[in-house]
Amino acid sequence: MAPHDLRRPFKRRPISDQQKRRDLSLLRQSQHRSDAQQRARNLASSVISLQSPSSPDADPETLPEPMPDVDTAGHESEASSFSIRQASSLRGPEARKWFASQLMLPEWMIDVPENLSRDWYVLARPAGKRCFVVSTDGVTVSRLRNGSVLHHFPSALPGGARKKGVSGPAQSYSILDCIFHEADQTYYVIDMVCWRGYSLYECTAEFRFFWLQSKLDETGACDPPSFYHKFRFSVVPFYNCDQSGLHSAYTGSLPYVKDGLLFYNKHAHYHTGNTPLVLIWKDERCSQYVIDTDNNGQVPSQQHIVLELQDDGKIVTSDDPPVVVNCLNADFVKQSGLSPGSLVRFAIGDGGLNCVDGKFEKADLQYISVSNRARAFADSYSKIMFQYMARHSPLKVEDLASMISQENQQDKPPEVEMSD
Amino acid sequence: TLVAMEVTQLLLNAQSIDGTVRKHAEENLKLFQSQNLAGFLLSLAGELANDEKPVDSRKLAGLVLKNALDAKEQHRKYELVQRWLSLDMATKTQIRAFLLKTLSSPVPDVRSTASQVIAKVAGIELPQNQWPELVGSLLSNIHQLPAHVKQATLETLGYLCEEVSPDVVEQEHVNKILTAVVQGMNAAEGNNDVRLAATRALYMALGFAQANFNNDMERDYIMRVVCEATLSPEVKIRQAAFECLVSIASTYYEKLAHYMQDIFNITAKAVREDDESVALQAIEFWSSICDEEIDILEEYGGEFTGDSDVPCFYFTKQALPALVPLLLETLLKQEEDQDLDEGAWNIAMAGGTCLGLVARAVGDDIVPHVMPFIEEKISKPDWREREAATYAFGSILEGPSPDKLMTIVNAALTFMLNALTKDPSNHVKDTTAWTLGRIFEFLHGSTIETPIITQANCQQIITVLIQTMKDAPNVAEKACGALYFLAQGYEDIGPNSPLTPFFQEIIQSLLAVAHREDATESRLRTAAYEALNEVVRCSTDETSAMVLQLVPVIMLELHNTLEGEKLSSDEREKQNELQGLLCGCLQVIIQKLGSEPTKYVFMQHADQMMGLFLRVFGCRSATAHEEAMLAIGALAYAAGPDFAKYMPEFYKYLEMGLQNFEEYQVCAVTVGVIGDICRALEDKILPYCDGIMTQLLKDLSSNQLHRSVKPPIFSCFGDIALAIGENFEKYINYSMPMLQSAAELSAHASGADDEMTEYTNSLRNGILEAYSGIFQGFKNSPKTQLLIPYAPHILQFLDSIYMEKDMDEVVMKTAIGVLGDLADTLGSHVGGLIQQSVSSKEFLNECLSSDDHTIKEAAEWAKHAITRAISV
Repeated sequence: MAPHDLRRPFKRRPISDQQKRRDLSLLRQSQHRSDAQQRARNLASSVISLQSPSSPDADPETLPEPMPDVDTAGHESEASSFSIRQASSLRGPEARKWFASQLMLPEWMIDVPENLSRDWYVLARPAGKRCFVVSTDGVTVSRLRNGSVLHHFPSALPGGARKKGVSGPAQSYSILDCIFHEADQTYYVIDMVCWRGYSLYECTAEFRFFWLQSKLDETGACDPPSFYHKFRFSVVPFYNCDQSGLHSAYTGSLPYVKDGLLFYNKHAHYHTGNTPLVLIWKDERCSQYVIDTDNNGQVPSQQHIVLELQDDGKIVTSDDPPVVVNCLNADFVKQSGLSPGSLVRFAIGDGGLNCVDGKFEKADLQYISVSNRARAFADSYSKIMFQYMARHSPLKVEDLASMISQENQQDKPPEVEMSD
Repeated sequence: TLVAMEVTQLLLNAQSIDGTVRKHAEENLKLFQSQNLAGFLLSLAGELANDEKPVDSRKLAGLVLKNALDAKEQHRKYELVQRWLSLDMATKTQIRAFLLKTLSSPVPDVRSTASQVIAKVAGIELPQNQWPELVGSLLSNIHQLPAHVKQATLETLGYLCEEVSPDVVEQEHVNKILTAVVQGMNAAEGNNDVRLAATRALYMALGFAQANFNNDMERDYIMRVVCEATLSPEVKIRQAAFECLVSIASTYYEKLAHYMQDIFNITAKAVREDDESVALQAIEFWSSICDEEIDILEEYGGEFTGDSDVPCFYFTKQALPALVPLLLETLLKQEEDQDLDEGAWNIAMAGGTCLGLVARAVGDDIVPHVMPFIEEKISKPDWREREAATYAFGSILEGPSPDKLMTIVNAALTFMLNALTKDPSNHVKDTTAWTLGRIFEFLHGSTIETPIITQANCQQIITVLIQTMKDAPNVAEKACGALYFLAQGYEDIGPNSPLTPFFQEIIQSLLAVAHREDATESRLRTAAYEALNEVVRCSTDETSAMVLQLVPVIMLELHNTLEGEKLSSDEREKQNELQGLLCGCLQVIIQKLGSEPTKYVFMQHADQMMGLFLRVFGCRSATAHEEAMLAIGALAYAAGPDFAKYMPEFYKYLEMGLQNFEEYQVCAVTVGVIGDICRALEDKILPYCDGIMTQLLKDLSSNQLHRSVKPPIFSCFGDIALAIGENFEKYINYSMPMLQSAAELSAHASGADDEMTEYTNSLRNGILEAYSGIFQGFKNSPKTQLLIPYAPHILQFLDSIYMEKDMDEVVMKTAIGVLGDLADTLGSHVGGLIQQSVSSKEFLNECLSSDDHTIKEAAEWAKHAITRAISV
């Protein structure tokens, strides 16, 4: 029984870099494993819905080869490799169409939906540029509705900056639906589409908003700008659309300039393109831009609308399926140098619009010109109608409020007198 | 069978200096053993017990017998135990009797061998309740025994306690053993051999004394006898008694309050006056007390409640005014050239180590007790005083708050840089460079508010360190260490590192150090590459061009090691060590440059680098093999699908790695790298999967492979399945049953100790990662159906680990993820089953409300997947 060895490696501490390398390798491997699993888990829900039939332009076959710097990992399967990251390499019209098709676009509120107070949220829309903010691989990119890049910047979003020690899988991405508010250089987040590679497309608005509230702040994205975080992000406050919620959204004081109110149906998933489950409504009190202006910023005397010309001469809205507004005769098409697919600008004449059950019975259209090239889409039915109503008989905030109070009375249980 | 005479001759021949004779005898012994095991063991025991036989043959007989009962390797040990248990009872009884008889032999060596063999037999038999009378027969009339038999009996009891676990010995027997041992230690025992054997036996038996330490009277008695034994005139007894105190300090910390004053006096006297062997144990007592208090304070963060398991008694803090001066005195007792001998350990080193632990246990309080000593001695003409002062300073840098130390350190920094360049003593410079390293390790970095290294002094610090790297190897090695921590402090500095202006110079100096002719002394070369690695790891984009320039340099060096002519085995060993260092360095560089924006340029070196790694495998050195393998894993990640072109050549080394049971680290690293390759190649790994899966399945069934490799093998199944998707089909019939039986084992293996619980959890994690990978791999495939039969078992596994309540957070996250994966892949086929499981309710809810965001996230995903599965 020899005495046991007492030596302690104090002054001669072996740093064991080998053990450190081993540990770092294990750490790297387990991170990559969980990234790979994470990606696999998101494959079905996010990527497939990103390529859903509503965006036919997103056919992988027609896309350019991925740039070498895009597919860094190179270990994604065919299906998943057509993702946001690859789409980032799209240029010009493809990019515009692809990104435009990824945003959920509200319809304009032309009548008040039922169960407003029970099933809907209301929020005050910040004035500014609507954009998609994608953070991945150490960079954050914001793209406008037309697909053009607004900013390319480091942020505290997951994977949003090239910085060590940022949690979250390196290859995963996050996508936020935002409005960039120039005055305070802030991205106001109105919806969360993907978070750390976890897709929220198939989640209800109720869940997405909850997730947005709880997750965004954790990352430090709401902190003031710093070296690794160029712009501040901020969550737009949302309310249940009852009397007080509507009041808060409509009159409440907020750090940003308002541009109308947005209404989200709590049960709706994130639906790319136009949806009646998100609605926009405006009046003069909560928006500077109720009635559309022309290129010079002036309100034209007549309402202008943009429609798409089809093969058969029909001119239609951007809705899916499109709503036919009128028909142009072949000679006129030829004379004006129009071709199928053209976006055409019209003014509405004194004859006005008349519609029944979502179809135009009569529309007094006056041809102006081919629309400018920056536009990707025709106007939607609801937009045309909202603008028309705004000029003639607008839907007022009182109409909304009275709808809510009617609902409340219906919901109240009949009063019963208790007697012993 | 052989007659006794022949056995004797064989055993003697087996120790012959004539190689042929020896070899022949060894072969015959083996033959004998294989032909008639019982007869063989019996002959050995008989030989050992026979006082008429030569001592040498008896000792070897005992040794061979001992080796027939125990082995280092777990699987071999298991086989030997089974073999002994299956022997017939008559043989075993006879062997036992021979062994017990040997304890009364007049030959000390033979008695000692018998003691050890008896303990080995007891280790096998007592847990089976097969030799219940052993303790009784050892202890019967111990008082009447002649001294030499008593000594052998006590020694046997000591070994027995070392060999068997306390829970297989009844308390009644424990009491008897302790009584006999403590009586043997008592000053009344006249024979020093007996007293020494008893003291050493107590050291082994302390783990059995739980109940006795809870009894005030018995504890007082044991403590009194131990303390008295520390005053014995016999130095070996004093040393053994202090060893007991050291063990008591950690085993019965919470019982010591009553004895601390006495123990302090005893230890202080021993440190100041006794033999070094005793003084070292006395210092170790205080180091152990500090260890306990550091652990307790760490665990409770200084907050104690009535519920705390073990309260902190602050013994160190109370002893501080007397303890610190005692330790400071030891620092002046340095040995000449202690810094040149890697194995050196003396009272000064032990004292400094203990002082460092005291600083960690008491924090700020130590500073005023040490500062006067430092101030008085730091400029003295005698190098011993300057070194002791510096060592004291370096020792207390971990523990006290930065606030408390900052002013002192700032004032000392210039002094130390000066000493590094000017002090004539190698010892002082060695300790000064080490102290600088400690300053950078504990007081420099992003968490420290006021930086020690500023724009004003950075240049000077680096210049001095670089200059010191040209000093004697031991001093240069410490300078490399200091540079390591200096670089580490800038780990998360952001895009602009203060080291950038010096980067080129630092790299060149480190390479120059690695090339010094004396670089193999004092592990200087290793330290230089370690520092180089850390400098690269912590570098920023600003200097990536310079790191890139390093690639061909290191590759050339690696190339040179592969061109060596015939080398002596010593030279070869050094060569292999260097290959390991260079592969390690390349690995760090790959991780640094293998991603954007440097990846493209860097990858131009990939072919050549891969060629070098393959040649390193050819050298058959475990360390170099492991390092090259790790580097390849990093390279595969950087290369992505392009890595496929290396597979035809690389594959055989993968296979070789998976077959390396003996150097299991190599095997473990290889398993990890297969995961990297799966993620890099995806389905391009398919052609190699048959071979890999076959080998992995073999590894799992082997009882020779170290158990720590098994969990990562399961995870690797998941990696493969995820990579090749439904092609995993053909392995389902093999892998699923393996997973299933491992799952059953791990579900209820609730650990007897922390280590077992930890292993069980890592096993569970591996199994769960395999399931995750398989489910996700099969998702959206028509072959999903194949997995449905396994769903009930998997859900049951999840339920049972949830109910065991001993899973850690990693397992929790993986487990809830598997629930989601199962729902996601199998969908409505298992909707009903899922709803019946506990996991989908309580467990899911628990995870949903977890504070750990990764668990919560995995749970949200599972909830989402389950909702879809149920709603369809």
